[in-house]
Amino acid sequence: MEKFSTLTSVAAPMMQSNVDTDIIVPMDRMVTADRNAMHTFAFEPWRFLSDGSENPDFVLNRDPFRGAKILLTGKNFGCGSSREGAVWAIAGLGIRCLIGSSFGNIFYNNCFQNGILPIKLPIDIIEDFTTLANSGGNAAVFEVDLDKCLIMPSSGDPVPFDIEPNRQTQLLEGLDDVGVTLKRRGEIEQFRELDRRNRPWIYV
Amino acid sequence: MSKPATLYDKVWDQHVVSDLGDGVSLLHVDRNFIHDLSGTRALRALAKEDRQVRYPSQTFACPDHTVSTDPLSDHTGERYERCVDPLRELSAKEGVRFFDMGSPEFGIIHVIGPELGLTLPGTLVLCGDSHTCTHGGLGALAWGIGVSEVAHVLATGTVLQKKAKRLRVNFEGTVPYGVSAKDLILYLIGREGAASGDGYAVEYAGSAIREMDVEARMTLCNLSIEMGAKIGMIAADEKTIEYVSGREYAPTGDAWEAAIEHWRGLSSDDGAVFDKELVVDVADVVPQVTWGTSPEHVVGIDGFVPDPAEEIDPDKRRSLEAAIEYTNLIPGTALDGVPIDRVFIGSCTNSRLSDLRAAAAVVKGRKVSGHVGAWVVPGSQAVKDAAEAEGLDVVFRDAGFEWREPGCSLCVGSNGETIAPGQRCVATSNRNFVGRQGKGSHTHLVSPVMAAAAALSGCITDARKIEG
Repeated sequence: MEKFSTLTSVAAPMMQSNVDTDIIVPMDRMVTADRNAMHTFAFEPWRFLSDGSENPDFVLNRDPFRGAKILLTGKNFGCGSSREGAVWAIAGLGIRCLIGSSFGNIFYNNCFQNGILPIKLPIDIIEDFTTLANSGGNAAVFEVDLDKCLIMPSSGDPVPFDIEPNRQTQLLEGLDDVGVTLKRRGEIEQFRELDRRNRPWIYV
Repeated sequence: MSKPATLYDKVWDQHVVSDLGDGVSLLHVDRNFIHDLSGTRALRALAKEDRQVRYPSQTFACPDHTVSTDPLSDHTGERYERCVDPLRELSAKEGVRFFDMGSPEFGIIHVIGPELGLTLPGTLVLCGDSHTCTHGGLGALAWGIGVSEVAHVLATGTVLQKKAKRLRVNFEGTVPYGVSAKDLILYLIGREGAASGDGYAVEYAGSAIREMDVEARMTLCNLSIEMGAKIGMIAADEKTIEYVSGREYAPTGDAWEAAIEHWRGLSSDDGAVFDKELVVDVADVVPQVTWGTSPEHVVGIDGFVPDPAEEIDPDKRRSLEAAIEYTNLIPGTALDGVPIDRVFIGSCTNSRLSDLRAAAAVVKGRKVSGHVGAWVVPGSQAVKDAAEAEGLDVVFRDAGFEWREPGCSLCVGSNGETIAPGQRCVATSNRNFVGRQGKGSHTHLVSPVMAAAAALSGCITDARKIEG
């Protein structure tokens, strides 16, 4: 997995509440598209008009937000299904960091599995960031430092954020969870041996 | 004496392989259900990494998302080649049980898990599907995960997880006539919001829950994720034990006796501390219907499409405006009487025998409104067989419903079964998102009796006027 340390980019505001995973990538694409093509369909219902052409009003189709690596998001972004394709779609667009007030729980977990940093901050701070982003020019550029847990707007004071230590390490080092857990195989076997005596009905 | 504990904490503690600090644990997974979308992708990812399914006997595969529910389907084509066939092949290679189309075990994962006795009280159940919370209806600790996490479970038999906060929702009182578990949970989501459960594991309790049958409890837990909570659970009781008894994979003999003794200890202790508690007086609840594009956009059947102009919160106002624009409904419109084109009775929310019985009781001896295309999609082969044994298929067919094969079908459209752009569908499923049932589709979520009543009336209507 690609490591995450620092990131400097324009931040694109997408502040609607409850942006669900069916918006981020529609279900029929989950069936037919390969993982590395998923970004072609990112935000499909909003990003394209019914004739297939780009919707000029959609934020990621507008300058300076096209190609932004940071997305400012509203309440409950990524709610809905567990589809990891939603994260693949976003990652495929080049987005590496989401700054929002809350995220769909499963989507949030999926981000870390794909080298994307989701940051939770109070909504008023994100509203301030949105104002900066919309003012355009250099003010729309933010630096995110995962090691220091700081967001540095080009204009304005640095804002600290919290992240679970294990998640921080996972992203900083680009760790593969499976590889790490497999080192605990002995412990897992030990658990199962004892559990088989306590709950034999589990082992069918 | 140990400190009073919640149901969630008790089940959690029994699965801790290793406490990794900061509230994160490595947990043992008892049941890993895999399906034709995330399961197939995860098995492929595993193969690519040269890894194997570590504990195949605790992994169960069933294709439900992409299979056709058309009785005449020959089950071939791109979806089968991409999703179903590789799941079958990789499962065989890894020694994973595969419940194939047409077999008596086949069906929607969240229907067959409990039905086969695989999902048991106190088990840790995972699946690459957000509605895995359904299994919580039996007192299991169950949640949905992404493909990468599915691959982790396949390779290690475990999952990494941070402890959630605890929320208890107490449903108190006697459920009024014409109101079901679906209405109770939709009402709660409407009252508290689609993000209100974020970060919580929810336990549902109270007198109305104790009175509720196990299938209805699954319906209730199923919609936990629509409140933002990936976990919803209900302590097992004698109803649960009776439900599990005699099922194909349920324990027998001495193991059964030991199991039920164990399960009887799995409820929240008196004095257990929750981070948050809510009470719902169920006497207040009327049949619910969603009008918008989030399950929180819900009102009673006596309600109206809201007027965004009356919303003070700017964020909520924007959300209402966007939903109204998409749904083509005018603020102030009464939901009762909105004309519809389609009806879908099915999905992991409401496709069990009790759901079909409830709907059939409304339909019996009546006809589907001329212009409405109405489907019943049983949740599993066993549900379908049982329903046919008591003649429910005839009731639905005689009324003009299509009686179909099991699968996820019109809930999510990943099998190609969708409704046309602009069509309005009354559905017993779980999501009314933009495009959920197909591009440009409009979905109104309701209970099975409300869906049945809508099919007969050709519009959204109050089932209580038809029933009985």
